[in-house]
Amino acid sequence: MIRDITLGQFYPSGSPLHRLDPRVKVLMLIASIVVIFCTFNFYALGIVAALAVASIILSRVPVRLFLKSLKAIIFVVIFTSILNVFYGQGDPLWQWGILKITWPGIQNAIFVTVRIITLVILSSTLTFTTSPTDLTDALERLMKPLSLLGIKVHEIAMMMTIALRFVPTLLEETDKIMSAQKARGADMESGNLISRIKALIPVLIPLFVSAFRRAYDLAMAMECRCYQGGSGRTRMRKLKMSYRDLIGTLILLTVFAGIILCNIFL
Amino acid sequence: MSETILRTENLTYTYGAKTPFEKTAVNNVNIEIKKGDIIGVIGHTGSGKSTLMQMLNGLITPTGGKVYLDGKDIYANKKELRSVRFKVGLVFQYPENQLFEETVKKDIAFGPKNMGLSEAEIEERILKAAQFAGLREELLERSPFDLSGGEKRRAAIAGVYAMDPQILILDEPTAGLDPMGREVLLSQITSYHNASENTVLLVSHNMEDIVRIADKVLVMNSGKAAMFDTTRAVFSRGDELEAMGMRLPQITKITNTLRQKGFPLSEGILTVGQAFDEITGYLKKEGKL
Amino acid sequence: MEFIKAENLTFSYDVEDNQQPNIPVKVINDLNLSVKKGEFLAVIGHNGSGKSTLSKHFNGILLPTGGQILVDGMSTSEEDNVYKIRRKVGLVLQNPDNQLVASIIEEDVAFGPENLGIEPERIRELVDSALKAVDMYEYRTHSPHKLSGGQKQRIAIAGILAMEPDCIVLDEPTSMLDPKGREEVIRAVTKLNKERGITVILITHNMDETVDCDRVVVMDKGEILTEGTPHEVFAKVELLKKHRLDVPQATELCKRLRDFGLPMETLPIDTDECIKFLEEVLS
Repeated sequence: MIRDITLGQFYPSGSPLHRLDPRVKVLMLIASIVVIFCTFNFYALGIVAALAVASIILSRVPVRLFLKSLKAIIFVVIFTSILNVFYGQGDPLWQWGILKITWPGIQNAIFVTVRIITLVILSSTLTFTTSPTDLTDALERLMKPLSLLGIKVHEIAMMMTIALRFVPTLLEETDKIMSAQKARGADMESGNLISRIKALIPVLIPLFVSAFRRAYDLAMAMECRCYQGGSGRTRMRKLKMSYRDLIGTLILLTVFAGIILCNIFL
Repeated sequence: MSETILRTENLTYTYGAKTPFEKTAVNNVNIEIKKGDIIGVIGHTGSGKSTLMQMLNGLITPTGGKVYLDGKDIYANKKELRSVRFKVGLVFQYPENQLFEETVKKDIAFGPKNMGLSEAEIEERILKAAQFAGLREELLERSPFDLSGGEKRRAAIAGVYAMDPQILILDEPTAGLDPMGREVLLSQITSYHNASENTVLLVSHNMEDIVRIADKVLVMNSGKAAMFDTTRAVFSRGDELEAMGMRLPQITKITNTLRQKGFPLSEGILTVGQAFDEITGYLKKEGKL
Repeated sequence: MEFIKAENLTFSYDVEDNQQPNIPVKVINDLNLSVKKGEFLAVIGHNGSGKSTLSKHFNGILLPTGGQILVDGMSTSEEDNVYKIRRKVGLVLQNPDNQLVASIIEEDVAFGPENLGIEPERIRELVDSALKAVDMYEYRTHSPHKLSGGQKQRIAIAGILAMEPDCIVLDEPTSMLDPKGREEVIRAVTKLNKERGITVILITHNMDETVDCDRVVVMDKGEILTEGTPHEVFAKVELLKKHRLDVPQATELCKRLRDFGLPMETLPIDTDECIKFLEEVLS
């Protein structure tokens, strides 16, 4: 059933990574992404892969959940590595017509595969160890300087908060409307593409009507609670950095330094 | 004795089997419903009554047991499930949330159209359903979104009436209506039942509603069919119902309490009229009036 | 002390009709009402009686088209007063699902105080105290999605309570709830009134929810049909029935017994009163 889908993938296991400040985690992820794409030899790549493994272990999230998120990108990985294998420069190891496999091609494929997998594992680590609310909060606070450029940071964060709140409600509602239309004999499981799309109209229209009604109610409820936009607003939760965040950052910086040194000297 | 139209055999539904969230919503339910009955279904939220109702019309496939409609196992052939839904009509809670067509008429026609009926037959069904639901003819050409709350509810119910199901299940049809809207809807359901002679199941939290229209009552408690008997017999077991987290109609609560205190009133009094007759009868007999 | 006062309150809106454009529809018609500080007032009436529209006037969500509403002496029609008034008078709406903003309960309750720019430490105190007042403190880190209707509605009440209002207006807060949820909400509201002295205005169409309040106002067609203590109002069985409002079965039974000739000073309005009275009569 649709309502079984959980939004975000927060997995509260109470690991050391869970207890880090979400802002630090977001910044760490961004820095890691940059570093991942600056690996130029196998030593550096090895350290990056070790970083991914370490984050899986430290997060105390079951490995199958990581595999599940990797499953989603498996085709992208296979596709890009095949392209890389066949589009390498240099002496062919094997050739058939215009298709040739070269050693640099294989190298490229390995690099791309490890980079993408690491990237997915690290970003999954962030979403597994940080609740959606924390994440929204961290993004709002980190992006605050952007409001000087006229970007409506508070509004964006508020929209994300509301979306997080209402997605499960609307999914449940979709489920209900689908059942109700099925009870009137709607056939949503057979027929060609066009007739299936047509069959969705009796679900989509009531869903939109309900979403608008909810939006109207919510706007009124927010007005009742003195919402006047972001200015003058305080937050109950204060994100505080602790020694833990400092240690985490230092460890990660050491790893980065290792990768850079590998790139330069090996 | 009239014939059995619907029968369940060890009907069971378990959510999330073999996961830590496993929960048996409906547990081994065996009931037999006679043709033309009007049955109230009660039970607190989470007692399994909604899941049970959806299994009766093929929307939720049971994890165990069988449902027999007219002697045939409805889950024997998955391809025929859709036609089961036309025979067992289900009106969900807040049915006005499913209206989608441009006009009330087209919306009511959705079910009959899915049944593959002819234009002439559909037209006839619409008019009959609108009449049962007390929708004036000029409303039929209006957009369902322009109707009042009560009218929307009735238009949505008419959409299920129009399929002329042998069994009509209504899940909390009066939820959110004011006393006047409730009154109108209940009397329409009663007259629908009388005129169509179809079987009606009414799921409700409102005991006054149940008492008003049901001949028999099915009580669901933690997934089991705890009682299934005449309305009066069920409500004479007031203490048991309250232990299951249900409220009695106020008049039943009052007379049951007085009975427990030793006053000679009958069991399971359901209306103010009955209570009045019994009390004045007793006072006369005692010579106090 | 008078806290809210409606003076000749009128509210109408224009209906756009293709044939006759702009016919004004009067929803509230020249209504006068005053609410004392600490009072528990119930407003009943069926759909379309104007009770819901009235409730949205108390904190300036709707503005009168005639007459005025004064909250603690401030008119809701003056723009400068709006947020001062909303801080004093909170409004809880019918659908519990549609008024919760955040996906963690304590963050939702904090939404109001955050909007008021209160210091974080103080918000924490307000949120904890509000959640405790509605018996939902142990759920503070849960998501509202999995809660029952009654629990969600109590969270909505806590969200208003955390702004420390003098008055809470509830617009049909129980009409989408099951009997258990109804009881929870009514109990929570009654407790706030009795223990914290908060003025409560409860809009409902269920007569049995009003038996414990100080005063009942019955609305019909945008006007006040009758008002008084629950005992006074419920005694008018014929009037209420004529306007298709529910009279508790206890009251109806006793009324019929009284008409039959049984002496009775005041009509019982709830189960316990009725049982006590019948016990005396029968023995």
